[in-house]
Amino acid sequence: MSKPISRRDFLKGAGALAAAGALPISMVELAFADPARNFTFAYISDAHIQHIQGSKFVRNWDRGLIRAVAETNLLDPKPDFVVFGGDLAQLGSKPELDHGAEIMSALRYKTYYVMGEHDYYLDLGEYWSKLFGRHYYSFDHKGVHFVVLNSILTYDDWTFRRWPTAEQRMLEMAGLDNPNGSPFMVGDKQREWLKQDLAKVSTGTPLVVLSHSPLQKIYKGWNFWTEDAEQIQALLKPFKKVTVIYGHVHQIQYNQIGNISFHAVMATAWPWPYPSTYAQAEQYLPKLTVPMNRADPFFERDATGWQFINLATGNADIQYNLYNNAVRTVAFNTRTGQPEDRAYQAADKRIPPQSHY
Amino acid sequence: MKNKQHLVSLVFITTFIGGPVWAATPLGLPPVPIPKDNPQTPEKIQLGEKLFKDKRFSSTGTVACANCHDPAKAFTDSPLKTSEGINKLTGTRNAPTVVNAAYFAKQFWDGRSPDLEDQARHPIVNPVEMGLKNHEPVLRIVRTDPAYAQAFMTVFGKSGEQITMKEVTQAIASFERTIVAGDSPFDRWYFGGDPKAMTPQQARGFNIFIGQGRCVSCHVIEQTQALFTDNRFHNIGIGINAIQKDVPRLAGEFLKAKAAGRDVDVAVLTDKKTSELGRFAVTDVLDDMGAFKTSTLRNIAVTAPYMHDGSLKTLKDVVEHYNNGGVTKKGDKVNDFLSGGIRPLNLNDQQIDDLVAFMEALTSPSFAHLAKARKPAVPAKKK
Repeated sequence: MSKPISRRDFLKGAGALAAAGALPISMVELAFADPARNFTFAYISDAHIQHIQGSKFVRNWDRGLIRAVAETNLLDPKPDFVVFGGDLAQLGSKPELDHGAEIMSALRYKTYYVMGEHDYYLDLGEYWSKLFGRHYYSFDHKGVHFVVLNSILTYDDWTFRRWPTAEQRMLEMAGLDNPNGSPFMVGDKQREWLKQDLAKVSTGTPLVVLSHSPLQKIYKGWNFWTEDAEQIQALLKPFKKVTVIYGHVHQIQYNQIGNISFHAVMATAWPWPYPSTYAQAEQYLPKLTVPMNRADPFFERDATGWQFINLATGNADIQYNLYNNAVRTVAFNTRTGQPEDRAYQAADKRIPPQSHY
Repeated sequence: MKNKQHLVSLVFITTFIGGPVWAATPLGLPPVPIPKDNPQTPEKIQLGEKLFKDKRFSSTGTVACANCHDPAKAFTDSPLKTSEGINKLTGTRNAPTVVNAAYFAKQFWDGRSPDLEDQARHPIVNPVEMGLKNHEPVLRIVRTDPAYAQAFMTVFGKSGEQITMKEVTQAIASFERTIVAGDSPFDRWYFGGDPKAMTPQQARGFNIFIGQGRCVSCHVIEQTQALFTDNRFHNIGIGINAIQKDVPRLAGEFLKAKAAGRDVDVAVLTDKKTSELGRFAVTDVLDDMGAFKTSTLRNIAVTAPYMHDGSLKTLKDVVEHYNNGGVTKKGDKVNDFLSGGIRPLNLNDQQIDDLVAFMEALTSPSFAHLAKARKPAVPAKKK
């Protein structure tokens, strides 16, 4: 029997306190959890710290990351660790990575880093490595096996032989709908490593894979895409509980492919997709059914945020903390066997967009 | 002036024939929202005013609502920074004016009260305001004082034990709903179409207000009315800037105390640091950390000092705070929870002065004498 408990019940029952009142106390399903294995972690992603010149950085992106760090520090019960989901920098430069690392250093938790293409394509992750370590790795935590992939690699020919300068390579990869771009991939070498890494893990162990790009194919023009997604999914197939968490798309996405639950996380920098009002031509977008597909033009932090993730069941329940907006939770539904948005499951239960006005 | 008197008498005529008790809505304001269960009557308004000014509703017999919301000071206690209650005890927050408070969707700086009726209950029993242990002494007076007994019978048809704080606060709220003021030079210029109602400098200030200054996004002006508030709560870098390092500890301790039953009203008014948590203390939501209600700007020139803690002395200080992107002193550390709407504005000195001049055009005729009294004898020095 699982029974969502209210925050107040939780406070009374556990004697614990939720310093962050927006926290997903109601989604903690104690009956499922072996308390010793029950844990949570926070997820911050896509800060895109951007250097202007000298000591000047784009203020808006700075503020987004600063706020996520400060709010994460208020979590109580405390998360076991934090993951940064990639694209700490905008153009991969040393000042950007240093500045981002400095903001991140205010976090009071152990932090794992994922490589993003904006961190990588200037010096192929060399300086990033000095700050944060290996490009791909795995670790175990309370019975869950975590794998961190560098999923933003591409063909060697594009990376090593196409561009006269590293700066141009970086800019080409940063462009959207860019004919000169190239699809992301994990690549043969890393997939071989993944195969060997997973060989040591029993198939009953909950598996969480962290990558920057979606390990599924959504939209190639913006690299919401991983070229060898099917091959990676095949390696994950034997496991009973698999969750993939990715950044890059700056929006809430969730999906279930076979045994694998996919979740995207929000950016702290800016939201995608842009609202239809940003478009230059007349639009015939379908009616919005969820409230994130627009950004408030005044509140720069609107439609950005960070995540708090509960792994009590071995599957991920993700709470999206959205600045100037209602909190959303996408949780694994054990009955339907897929992740679902707690507030938007059934069409007749959906609320109109822009609910905060 | 003559015209105004005429309007006032008109109100009372409609009252006597049983119509809605409402003064002609001042230029620039919508009709005051009146709750269904607390309709306006002249007798109730009169009773409310008497209650509002009654000092016996405090433990020392010296403090009425009107002490901090003084009609002679545009219903504030200007120039006090934070309000002074019994025994000269001071709270943590600057007394907001009652003028046009009827339009707010929530009351108090942190919105912890849903309406004027509920709001009126709290200062009476707050230890740093009117200081009563409970509402019993108030009820004793209104039930036994012959003048009150008669008035409550006339207004509510109730006597003795039937009179409760519900009736007391309904009467006070009814009185407060009559304290509205529009018809400022800005209203006559913008809604009334009189191009001479504002000075050229004030008109320039208006353009900054709706443009580069980004003011109008929260201090709302609409087609037919201007409440100068969005009824929302924002962290604009006031108060919380001074407690940045303490926020994690304060937030945790506060929520623990709240869960254990600590009264929020008392906590935020008696402890300066807890006060700075702002609306977070009410909602427990991270998004509300250090956030306070967007106050109206009507009659702002006569209600100094400014902000929830009264920390800014002049309107120029206020504009400079916003111009610096949410810090009072340029170069100070911006707080981590700053609203996404606040950013440096790059206004020059002239633009800052123009904005201040525009805000001085928001004073209603009934308070214009206070603005005159406040004006320095010699023109302000040019920078």
